[in-house]
Amino acid sequence: MSETKPLLQSPSVDFDHRNFDWYVDKFIQSIVFIAGISAIIFIIGIFAFITIEGFGFLLEDFSFREFFLSPFWEPSDEDAPEYGILALVAGTASVTGLAMIVAIPFSLGAAIFIGEFATGKLRESLKVLVELLAAIPSVVWGFIGLSIMNPLIIDVFDVPVGLNVLNAGIILGLMAAPIMTSIAEDALKAVPDRYREAAEALGATRWQVIYKTVLPAAKNGLLGAVLLGVGRGFGETMAVLMATGHSVNIPGSVFDPVRALTATIAAELGETAVGSPHYQALFTIGIFLFIITFLINLTADLIVRGIRKG
Amino acid sequence: MFAESSLNVRNKRIQNLFRILFMMMTILLIIPVIIILGTLIAKGGSIISFDFLFTDPTNGMTAGGIFPALLGTIWIVAVALLASVPLGIAAAIYLNEYAGDNWFTRIIQLAIINLAGVPSIVHALFGVGAFVIFFGFGTSILAASLTLAIMTLPVVIVSTRESLRAVPQAFREACWNMGATRWQTIRRVVLPNAVSGILTGIILEVSRTTGETAPIMFTGAAFFLPFLPQSVFDQTMALSLHLFVVATQVPGVPDNLPFGVALVLIAMVLLMNSISIAFRMYLRGKKKW
Repeated sequence: MSETKPLLQSPSVDFDHRNFDWYVDKFIQSIVFIAGISAIIFIIGIFAFITIEGFGFLLEDFSFREFFLSPFWEPSDEDAPEYGILALVAGTASVTGLAMIVAIPFSLGAAIFIGEFATGKLRESLKVLVELLAAIPSVVWGFIGLSIMNPLIIDVFDVPVGLNVLNAGIILGLMAAPIMTSIAEDALKAVPDRYREAAEALGATRWQVIYKTVLPAAKNGLLGAVLLGVGRGFGETMAVLMATGHSVNIPGSVFDPVRALTATIAAELGETAVGSPHYQALFTIGIFLFIITFLINLTADLIVRGIRKG
Repeated sequence: MFAESSLNVRNKRIQNLFRILFMMMTILLIIPVIIILGTLIAKGGSIISFDFLFTDPTNGMTAGGIFPALLGTIWIVAVALLASVPLGIAAAIYLNEYAGDNWFTRIIQLAIINLAGVPSIVHALFGVGAFVIFFGFGTSILAASLTLAIMTLPVVIVSTRESLRAVPQAFREACWNMGATRWQTIRRVVLPNAVSGILTGIILEVSRTTGETAPIMFTGAAFFLPFLPQSVFDQTMALSLHLFVVATQVPGVPDNLPFGVALVLIAMVLLMNSISIAFRMYLRGKKKW
């Protein structure tokens, strides 16, 4: 009976948990950590690689004045190529602007209806429908602009060509609306139910609840949804390539064809020699697009975060 | 005794007015799309046949089928999934199971949001600069797929993270109390309970990858190829780019051909999304906790 086992052995042996499983755990942890920061690596990588490819242009042919203020995009002119993106910016801005005029009221209205008025089966099916609409690929939207909207606009407005700001704006609006609806609906859902209940207890009608309570509380989230919609419209490529008419032009009316920044890259990258000034200029447009969308997303994130803290 | 005051009546009327207004907006959002889908089916439905899906394009792409494009899309999507699914799931595991709630995690989240928000054509430029030129893959399925994998990575990360988050914390705590390590807990308890949600996200990613056009235009998809790809280092045709080509680049295409291509593309995408949604609803109904 002299051999009673002590209750606790020396701590250094028993509590040292560094067995095989512990090492496996540490190993996995470092692997998933690398995967976790991969998004950061890719964002930096994207910026680095497009900057490397566009760097030669930034050093030699780039002039701030010409790039941002000249409306002439004539990179293939052999004697005096001009790299002005003003008209392209105007094209992108006009199409995105019109798209937002179409999409903002409809998507916010639809979000309010789905989130606050509709109930049960109707609500579920509308949500599914919106999700499906958001999934339609942009090249299909571009094709719709080309083959369905184009003749329609020619017929209705009696204009010679239907590929213009109006066409691309409507297409882009229809494209962005489902996404904005989903995000806006999430923002409405984030408003706690007790806010609504308190307002209803005071005798408010559903609309008064929405107008006086839900919308003010969801304001930042809705603004974030709109901003993400703008970012999406700004960066859209295939649809605007196919529906704008693709001619460099500062638009005077919605019936003018324009050309977007993104579409310019898509249309011209295949025709340029790797490393030529034209090729590098297209990458410089890419840098510009990257920075703008980065700022839009950052702002949207900060705005949405604002309510979480407050 | 409880007769409605005129103010009440007025307020009710306003409420109904707005209800109808917003309902109309919702309907107006959906109607054009239904008309568009109807037109696609009406104009493109006639050309869809077994032959259309499984033969090569002929006559300078003005006749024949879409088989090489269909097969190419499957190649591109499969390789993209091989890259993005493991990476995305691992990233989501890190964010949900290991990462703390601090500034570093916020930066990762911001990077994910930005990765999803960067224009697809910028992803294409990155693909050209990084995979085609720097890593020397040339214009190939590999380069196109990796470009798409990075672009759609946020889809996997976000949906996986969501389904990991849905596993109750008590499950993990119970497992830790048994002396399991973090990884043992993740592998034996968290992942098995989240696997169907993860699958839903993957189907969604397949759908996204199928429809993307701009990122593959210069990285691996070709307008026309007389042969099928043999390895990931070959170029390939792809359905989305094929639609762009027959709609804009080739003269003399009969009217119903691009409509048919668009119909096949949209049917694939919507089918996969529907499966994903149906799967999600089934899971929600089955949930035990």
